[in-house]
Amino acid sequence: MRSRRMSLSGWGRFPVQECEVWRPERYHDLMLREGAMTLRGQGRSYGDAALNENGNVVLNARVNRFIEFSPDTGLLRTEPGVTLEEIVSVCLPHGWFLPVTPGTKYVSIGGCVAADVHGKNHFRDGSFGAAVQAFELLTADGARLSCTRDNNSELFFATLGGMGLTGVIGEVTLQLRRVESAWMKVRQKKSPDLERVFADLADGDPEDEYRVAWIDCLARGRHLGRSVTMSARHARMDDLSGTRRGQPLVVAPRRKRTLPFNFPGWALNSLSIGVFNHLYYAREGARGGPSVSDYDRYFYPLDAIAHWNRMYGKRGFVQYQCVLPSDTAFDGMREILERLSRSRRPSFLAVLKRLGEESGGLLSFPMPGYTLALDLPLRGRGLLPLLDELDRIVIEKGGRVYLAKDARLSAEAFRHMYPRLDDWLAIKGRIDPDNRFTSSLARRLGLEPPHG
Amino acid sequence: MAESTTGTVLVLGAGSAMARGIAAAFASHGHALYLAGRDLEELERIASDLRVRTGVDVDFGQFDALDTQSHAGFVQAVLAEVGALAGVVWAVGYMPAQEQALADFGEVQRIIDTNFTAAVSMLDVCSAHLEKESGGFLAVISSVAGDRGRQSNYYYGSAKGALTLYLQGLRNRLHSSGVRVLTIKPGFVDTAMTWGLPGLFLVASPEQVGRAVVRAVQRRRDVLYVPWFWRYIMLIIRHIPERVFKRLKL
Repeated sequence: MRSRRMSLSGWGRFPVQECEVWRPERYHDLMLREGAMTLRGQGRSYGDAALNENGNVVLNARVNRFIEFSPDTGLLRTEPGVTLEEIVSVCLPHGWFLPVTPGTKYVSIGGCVAADVHGKNHFRDGSFGAAVQAFELLTADGARLSCTRDNNSELFFATLGGMGLTGVIGEVTLQLRRVESAWMKVRQKKSPDLERVFADLADGDPEDEYRVAWIDCLARGRHLGRSVTMSARHARMDDLSGTRRGQPLVVAPRRKRTLPFNFPGWALNSLSIGVFNHLYYAREGARGGPSVSDYDRYFYPLDAIAHWNRMYGKRGFVQYQCVLPSDTAFDGMREILERLSRSRRPSFLAVLKRLGEESGGLLSFPMPGYTLALDLPLRGRGLLPLLDELDRIVIEKGGRVYLAKDARLSAEAFRHMYPRLDDWLAIKGRIDPDNRFTSSLARRLGLEPPHG
Repeated sequence: MAESTTGTVLVLGAGSAMARGIAAAFASHGHALYLAGRDLEELERIASDLRVRTGVDVDFGQFDALDTQSHAGFVQAVLAEVGALAGVVWAVGYMPAQEQALADFGEVQRIIDTNFTAAVSMLDVCSAHLEKESGGFLAVISSVAGDRGRQSNYYYGSAKGALTLYLQGLRNRLHSSGVRVLTIKPGFVDTAMTWGLPGLFLVASPEQVGRAVVRAVQRRRDVLYVPWFWRYIMLIIRHIPERVFKRLKL
């Protein structure tokens, strides 16, 4: 196998690093024979989780075979490089959908396990890990271990959300969820301030399977936190009109557009974002009764635009996503939003969701509470110090920052946010004492074996 | 006779990315498949994948291209398993670095044996069978490297060039029998063979190659350059006079 020297970055395009990139075609070649390595799926984590500066990066994109799928039970087993897009296109026609999905379908199933990703239904269905029945872990000593909640359970929970640092995540067995159609029944409503959006996320219609709020984070004063709250559930047969009812599991493919070049630095500023937010709040919030949307538009609006990350210009952007526990979330989010609107560093996209129970993954992000995700363009000085300030608020309120989106957290702040780090490090020391599985993120945050 | 959408396609050398792309394209047109190659574990994975994705029947079995003695028996065994063949895809190839071959004649022999001798042996067996059945196709991966000898790659190129000439003769002989022969000449395709090589441009994906091959078989083409513009690149390269060409660093 040959390797190729490449400049790589995550989806946020910051940082950019030189890596030695390998692309195996066969399952057993996912594990490099020698040297330290980082596994990389579709490169959709935002920061440096799938980077290894001046070291080996192994792509799983070609190791993407479906091994088994039962249209009766919805149990699916695939190699780690299979993307969520492929799963939907193969399984949805049989009436099975992803139990949990992040906001893009262009991610690998291995990456979903590594980051224990979540979706808009976390408050009721938990994270991706909740639907993972088993996975195979290729470990530093050459073993292929089957990990489930009962078998190698310590490794199961160290790997779920463990950012690929315990071994190569191999075949994954996933329980899909039954759906009657490929359509979603969606309701939108205005939540005029922070108090209302918290309430709307916490107790909406019990039929809602998905709930999320888009926040206008330039709004200040009594409008602080004003949002459009979107709730949805998978449409049932009687939600569909006659023509759709004939073929409920089929939707026409969307035309895919692409952003052909980087936006200039000034394109996204507080003025343009302010205007956009105003219009969006007024228009989307005013859309009366429930509407029916296809799953693709509902779950993956940005997937229709290839390279949408170019919107943030050449220097890229940082995603800042934090979760705060239920009892401190309201005060904490208010502080964060005030800090943000005062800084006049607008986030083009700001999303608030309620999260439910933890998955048990030692380094998994979700905890019961509220999570806020922000897209912040890297521009001028002051952004990184601002985020350090937000870290302090998050730590004070007992919350944490999401590693799959992180590019800049300090090792010290990280340690405060993830209380089970020492348990994880002990397992890492046993399963990978020579630190064969590493990444730029792992080095930055001290995710290395204690004696390594 | 129109291309039948049923009948099994035998893919030889099925473990490679290009073979997987071609197999997937035939499967998506409803063909059952028999995958043959060295690495059984890998073949089993590729077979399950194609079954789940396309719903067609996929068998697989172990096949060693270099063991020419085994070829006739192997094809008999496959026929016993699947009944009849719609066609055969030859995707076996071997391309080490030229320096490796310059330093070791064993490598040169391996290049010739894999890319030429093994192909001739197997395609003789398969064409005899298809001729008897009066139909079907042979889709054979040769290479643009076989269109002209270049200092950087002439061992591999000459073996593929010999294969291209063999296929011309075979096509000529089989024409009246209804058996079609497609010579596939890939330019740059994004596979393990090309990953990490410097100076590649406009690389085709294995899926694109697969679709192009199925289309060429359906349209009864003789030669397929893929990506298509390689036909013109090679047209130019073939027409450079030898006294000029020998001075070039190609």
